[in-house]
Amino acid sequence: MPLLEVKNLHVEIADKKILNGLDLTVENGQVAAIMGPNGSGKSTLAYVLAGKAGYVVTEGQILFNGEDILAMQPDVRAAKGLFLAFQYPMEIPGVATMTFLRTALNAQRKTRGEAEFSTPEFMKLVRETAGQLNIDQEMLRRAVNVGFSGGEKKRNEVLQMAILQPRLAVLDETDSGLDIDALKIVADGVNRLRSPQRSMIVITHYQRLLNYIVPDVVHVLSKGRVVKSGGKELALELEATGYAQYQDEAA
Amino acid sequence: MSVVVQTVKTPAEQALAGVFAAAKSGLPGKGAMAALREDAFRRFDAAGLPHRRVEDWKYTDLRALMADVKPLAGAPDAAAKACANHAGQMLAGIDCRRLVFVDGGFVPELSDLSPEPGLAIGTMAQALANGDALVAAHVGKVIETKDPAVALNTALMGDGSVIRIAAGAAVARPIHLIFAGIQPASSFTRSLIVVEQGAKAVLIESHESGEAQVNSALELVVGDDAQIDHLKVTSAQGLNAQGLHISTLMAALGARVKFSSFAFTPGSAVVRNQMFVRFDGEGSEAAIGGASLLNGRQHVDTTLVIDHAVGGCSSRERFKSVLDGESRGIFQGKIIVRPQAQKTDAKMMTQALLLSDSAEADNKPELEIFADDVQCGHGATTGALDQDLMFYLRARGIPAKEAEALLIQAFIGEAIEAIAHVGIRAALMNAAIAWLKARA
Repeated sequence: MPLLEVKNLHVEIADKKILNGLDLTVENGQVAAIMGPNGSGKSTLAYVLAGKAGYVVTEGQILFNGEDILAMQPDVRAAKGLFLAFQYPMEIPGVATMTFLRTALNAQRKTRGEAEFSTPEFMKLVRETAGQLNIDQEMLRRAVNVGFSGGEKKRNEVLQMAILQPRLAVLDETDSGLDIDALKIVADGVNRLRSPQRSMIVITHYQRLLNYIVPDVVHVLSKGRVVKSGGKELALELEATGYAQYQDEAA
Repeated sequence: MSVVVQTVKTPAEQALAGVFAAAKSGLPGKGAMAALREDAFRRFDAAGLPHRRVEDWKYTDLRALMADVKPLAGAPDAAAKACANHAGQMLAGIDCRRLVFVDGGFVPELSDLSPEPGLAIGTMAQALANGDALVAAHVGKVIETKDPAVALNTALMGDGSVIRIAAGAAVARPIHLIFAGIQPASSFTRSLIVVEQGAKAVLIESHESGEAQVNSALELVVGDDAQIDHLKVTSAQGLNAQGLHISTLMAALGARVKFSSFAFTPGSAVVRNQMFVRFDGEGSEAAIGGASLLNGRQHVDTTLVIDHAVGGCSSRERFKSVLDGESRGIFQGKIIVRPQAQKTDAKMMTQALLLSDSAEADNKPELEIFADDVQCGHGATTGALDQDLMFYLRARGIPAKEAEALLIQAFIGEAIEAIAHVGIRAALMNAAIAWLKARA
């Protein structure tokens, strides 16, 4: 059974149709890249998977591990192993990063009926993981993302992913706003989390990110549908030819 | 032709006149003090209970809120004292000098009167009766105000604390004045605290009551180079308590003073917190803040006047309120900068978080600036919880109620974190968390 099956998904926001019969299958352990022009529905797909309010599903199904998750609250989906790395991570004044991580991890464990982490266990886990991502202790004490640079915010997203150990990570334009050094650190962090037990959906506009996070499969999205799928060479092809042909095809 | 409009007195106003007439001969203090009371009552009686057309009381219409007047509280009995023993629990973890008042009267057996060098503690009732010089010099004179609640307090003041902290003394433990209103009665406490040059102390007031009508006032005289941190906690027993709580802080600050005051109100039926603070000497700093957590039909009005009478002082105000149910949070803040008060640095901020459609926040900041070389500013925000932030937390697996609590805690925590005293800060944060748990 595939980890994720999106079947004939139609989604509207404020009466505007964004996804238009989207089909997508992600196998266990697979890294799938989703590429497409602006407005093709890439971020909408990410938000609908995570369960953001305001997106109206008019038709279709999302099966996660065989289970229909459309009626589930975002926190329930997260506890089942779905993780969205935000394109624009939010700043949370007054909540220390450490507190946020512990609250999230223990809330997920509680929802799954697992024992909560003790403080020393948790501290050890965070220190080790943060070190690999060049995140210092000072950053962990600061309020979540407040005053963080673009690169720090994205590293913080990867830290959360590493702590929460999801089954499926959806990376929404993780490369946006990053210079090449920051991109390498983030990509290294993501690559360390690749495993046969974890799948990823890497959403990006540019091929550049896929030099560092090499996908198993590439899907091209246009006008709310997957219009072409292929191997990693498809990304290079797109870089050379642009999206114009797919926009015409879909139209 | 001119018409003299005579407002008809409300039953509460008539009752207050009756209370004063019956009580005045028995109230402590003769001669000048009795004259002060008479004069204060005359001023109150002429104006009547303040109502919505009186600008300073616009949002807290006492004429409408005071349907009746509770009888003056008698001396507390053993049962009342036993109840009061539990008062001030929120700060139980802090080693304080407790001075306990039950229904407005001092209870020595519940209080800590152990001697400490540089610290003189007495009661207002005794000081008034004995014609105490400190009381004669300061009571009714620290801040000149026409406020009707202060006038009523001056007319009917019974007991309270009179504390003098000698020059240079650093008081070892926080002084904790605990006012417990046990009976459904009215009380008028008045306290005077004189802090001499270079002295240092932490001063806490805890007010806890159910159905009582409380009018409490504290006059604070702070000498040059002194440092005073003040905390006032106002809470009620039960969400449906019908009590009325009016309190007034009147503070005059000397030169190079460091003064802080924080008002923590985790819910009470009707609260009016008034603060009048005046800078009398240059180089002083005042940090004034507060946090209110309200639910049901609770109503908390914070009314503040900061008077920069001299230059070179800084004042910072930061108030936050969390409003659920049909509660109402009011902030009226006025900063006055007198013509000679150059180099004043004054900033005021008030923020309200609305958790329900029926809650209401009213903000009225006012700046009256008569000097030309000053930095003054104010800001006010009112809003609901940020839904994008909520989604971010929930996408990490945090359930809605917990995510809400985390964001509310962060909001209120920003105000509480400004408190210097570690123990107080922790106690208030725990109380805020307990409020959030009770809400969930």
